[in-house]
Amino acid sequence: MKNLSQEETKRICDKVLSLTKADQCEVNLSGSRTGNIRYARNAVSTAGLIEDTQLAVSVAFGKKQGVATINELDDKSLERAVRRAEDLARLAPENPEFMPTPTKQQYKASETFFQKTADIDPEFRAQVAAYSIENSKKNKLVAAGFFTDTSKFTAIANSNGVFGFQRDTGVDFTVTVRTEDGRGSGWAKRSVGDAALFDAREASDVAIEKALRSVEAKALEPGRYTVVLEPAATSDILAYMFNDFDARQADEGRSFLSKKGGGNRMGEKLFDEQVNVWTDPWDKNVAVLPWDNNTMLAREHQDIIKNGKINAMNYSMYWAKKQGKRAIGAPGNIIMAGTNKSTEELIANTKKGVLVTRTWYIRMVDPQSVLLTGLTRDGTFYIENGKIKHPIKNFRFNESPVSMLNNIDELGKPEILSGDESDYQLLIPAMRVRDFNFTSLSDAV
Amino acid sequence: MERRSFLKVGAAAGGSLLIPVFGNAIAAEELLNPMAVQFKKSLADAAMNAATKAGASYCDVRIGRYLNQFITTRDLNVENIVNTESSGVGVRVIAGGAYGFCSTNIMTMDSVAEAARQAVAIAKANAKLQTEPVQLAPVRGVGEVAWATPFKKDWRTVPIKEKAEMLIAANKAGMDAGANFMQSMLFQVNQQKYFASTDGSYIDQDMHRLWSPLTATAVDKATNRFRTRDGLSSPVSMGYEFFDAKPENKFKAAGGVTTLYKGAHDLIEDARAAGRQAKEKLTAKSVEPGKYDLVLSPEHLFLTIHESVGHATELDRVLGYEANYAGTSFATLDKWQSKKFKYGSERVNFVADRTTPGSLACVGYDDEGVPAKRWDIIKDGILVNYQATRDQAHVIGEKESHGCSYADSWSSVQFQRMPNVSLQAGKKPLTPDDMIKDVKKGIYILGRGSFSIDQQRYNFQFGGQLYFEIKNGKITNPLEDVAYQSNTQEFWNACSALCDERDWRMGGSFFDGKGQPSQVSCVSHGSPTTRFNGINVINTARKIG
Repeated sequence: MKNLSQEETKRICDKVLSLTKADQCEVNLSGSRTGNIRYARNAVSTAGLIEDTQLAVSVAFGKKQGVATINELDDKSLERAVRRAEDLARLAPENPEFMPTPTKQQYKASETFFQKTADIDPEFRAQVAAYSIENSKKNKLVAAGFFTDTSKFTAIANSNGVFGFQRDTGVDFTVTVRTEDGRGSGWAKRSVGDAALFDAREASDVAIEKALRSVEAKALEPGRYTVVLEPAATSDILAYMFNDFDARQADEGRSFLSKKGGGNRMGEKLFDEQVNVWTDPWDKNVAVLPWDNNTMLAREHQDIIKNGKINAMNYSMYWAKKQGKRAIGAPGNIIMAGTNKSTEELIANTKKGVLVTRTWYIRMVDPQSVLLTGLTRDGTFYIENGKIKHPIKNFRFNESPVSMLNNIDELGKPEILSGDESDYQLLIPAMRVRDFNFTSLSDAV
Repeated sequence: MERRSFLKVGAAAGGSLLIPVFGNAIAAEELLNPMAVQFKKSLADAAMNAATKAGASYCDVRIGRYLNQFITTRDLNVENIVNTESSGVGVRVIAGGAYGFCSTNIMTMDSVAEAARQAVAIAKANAKLQTEPVQLAPVRGVGEVAWATPFKKDWRTVPIKEKAEMLIAANKAGMDAGANFMQSMLFQVNQQKYFASTDGSYIDQDMHRLWSPLTATAVDKATNRFRTRDGLSSPVSMGYEFFDAKPENKFKAAGGVTTLYKGAHDLIEDARAAGRQAKEKLTAKSVEPGKYDLVLSPEHLFLTIHESVGHATELDRVLGYEANYAGTSFATLDKWQSKKFKYGSERVNFVADRTTPGSLACVGYDDEGVPAKRWDIIKDGILVNYQATRDQAHVIGEKESHGCSYADSWSSVQFQRMPNVSLQAGKKPLTPDDMIKDVKKGIYILGRGSFSIDQQRYNFQFGGQLYFEIKNGKITNPLEDVAYQSNTQEFWNACSALCDERDWRMGGSFFDGKGQPSQVSCVSHGSPTTRFNGINVINTARKIG
């Protein structure tokens, strides 16, 4: 696929808009080129390149809507997509929650495209794998990893004059290094937009060091412990909670943000006052598109939690209108304030505790309290008197991020992450947390 | 691992698409008109010729056309109908002893030939890091053949009005029965897959799958409590006749606590029960933590099977190919080689089977052109085999592949995915009610709930949808806040009784995630109601500020 220019996408969007006689029309056009290399057992297992385009056309006659998608962009295909969407819309009943397409938005560009990432080729990917594999072999370890680079464009347009175009790039890398006897395992993850900021050797060395240190793990009794959580250990836990910041769910009484007797908990202090969380599409570390693809509404900087208090929730266009609120584009990133302290400094200030590198297979147990279960993985250590004393076996935890963010002792330096199970770009700090609830031991390494 | 990938699948259609549609929504005449087989054969030949010319020793080509429709309803509104269509070609080669893969959505001879050449170039780049060449187990070319999911009623020909009305009627039934909110969905999948390889196979397959999940939510604003009950149906690989439930498809769970289904589903009836039971859950007794004998219904047990046996016996995990993501496995080769590793008690028998009609992993041929088959994984409690693809068969001394290769899209590379892995029924006559008579202190669990297992498939925690206390052989009252924790080997060795064939039925996972880039597959797991003695149960109730 050719990465289309702004002019080319504008021409296609205009063509689609001109083809319809519907009352309103929305166009979403995107294309991507994604390269990857995957390795395991110290050898490359698969590598590939995936290219595709996607055009979605949504039209409405009054409150009746229809949509069609296609992955071909010639004139005949465009016309076919429009006619199919119109056919669907004519068959549709009125949607009582129908909202008109937004009027013209101001999309202030964010820095999401980096040429160095777009230029990545198979040799670059092979070299990433080579760094991990060669250094692991030298240390008699076994590496498994995955590197992927994406270069894509997104264009949106509607019949009310909205047009947005932006390109973005991204690099994601994860590596797991294990001892040959399977008794030790270390892991590292890096996610950046600009390949210039990516260092495969540095990331691999972190995983190698953790693997070497994690052998001879001792069993510690399950229970409540002070934990030093590296940023990757909390990314999915927090993403679960932020998925629940929906105002409608809360107002309807089916969220942890619902208020007893009705309404939501906006303005209430639910977390430790050190907790400050916001979203900002222009943040240079985790820049995202300045619009929300689902609604075409512009994103804004928004404080979500301020000094531990709930400061903002997500309103759909329908629910915002019903509740007399202003709808804005839903967040694409989540940023949590930290400090300049390194994880080592957090460890140094810990008398007794557990260092967690990574958490795994997190699932909701009880949405009422956001109780989540999951496990530690690839580097869990016992801390005593400010130092890592020895590796320990992995734990299963049953804990709520709400309780966790209430029990914060100290925050560290934020790191860039993309959640395993969420679409947010995350910038979150390491943290030391009291009374983290480990409920059983796992023998898995 | 079950992942929330349906969100991605739905989102892939793009955007702000809240579309209530009634009528014959997909342009059915287009969808029912598959690409000409001869055209697909020509494309495949173009790719294979280009790959061979560029230096490939092997090439396979998958031409895919994927048609999905997702209908989402909330209360009495149709919220969303997404129709997706995606076509393209994926080319996999071996060159220099290494794999290379490339895909394209431009279905011309030139484009697929270029993709083939790209795949060869990638393979050659990978070969530099290869420690041993890819070794494919032989498969006999089958020439030009076709296979299709057997069905009576094609979902693509059912008017959307009819489908939406069924979902809305289900929501209404749930709300009338006590739910404050209802959600129901209908996922419909058609995969038209063409496979060709330099081994001499040209295989045209047409697969159909359905799933209709629902959730009833009851809210008590005065206490600020809410509870949900999900539907008790399973995804299936069959036609729309799945929704024509007849009396023979319905039966009562033990103690008559709810109605269950086999071979077809009454969505409206299930939604009505869900609404009533969600409300009852608001006042159910909170479980006392401790050891219990668990009586697990197949609608629940399938997910425990999936996680603790299905994934644990994937050979790529055992060998370390998934180490960086989904993890490895405790079921290592030495345990299999010993021929005495007690995975479970002697009554535990697991069979892998890609041929069971209606099962989600049922195909004619896998994505390497290997015919579907059936084999033992655990026999009389002993680990006896794994799940293998062509490049893994030699590792376990097999002369041919198990046919476990799958890719979720034309644009994804195929790799090892699990077949249907099912627990065999007990040999002696036993009903769930009979089984419960022997339980002094136990819990009867139905429906899939929360699930989590470690990266070697050992320590796990599962919840369900419905829990009932068993005291001295009788079901007494509903329970809440239940989850059980165990490890795989202890759990399956604690298996103390299995109901017989009459109670055997399949559950299934529609969006099972694995691999990097992550792909989803779907798979069924059958079992009878099964008892496990002395399992640790925790109480999951928590208070937040």
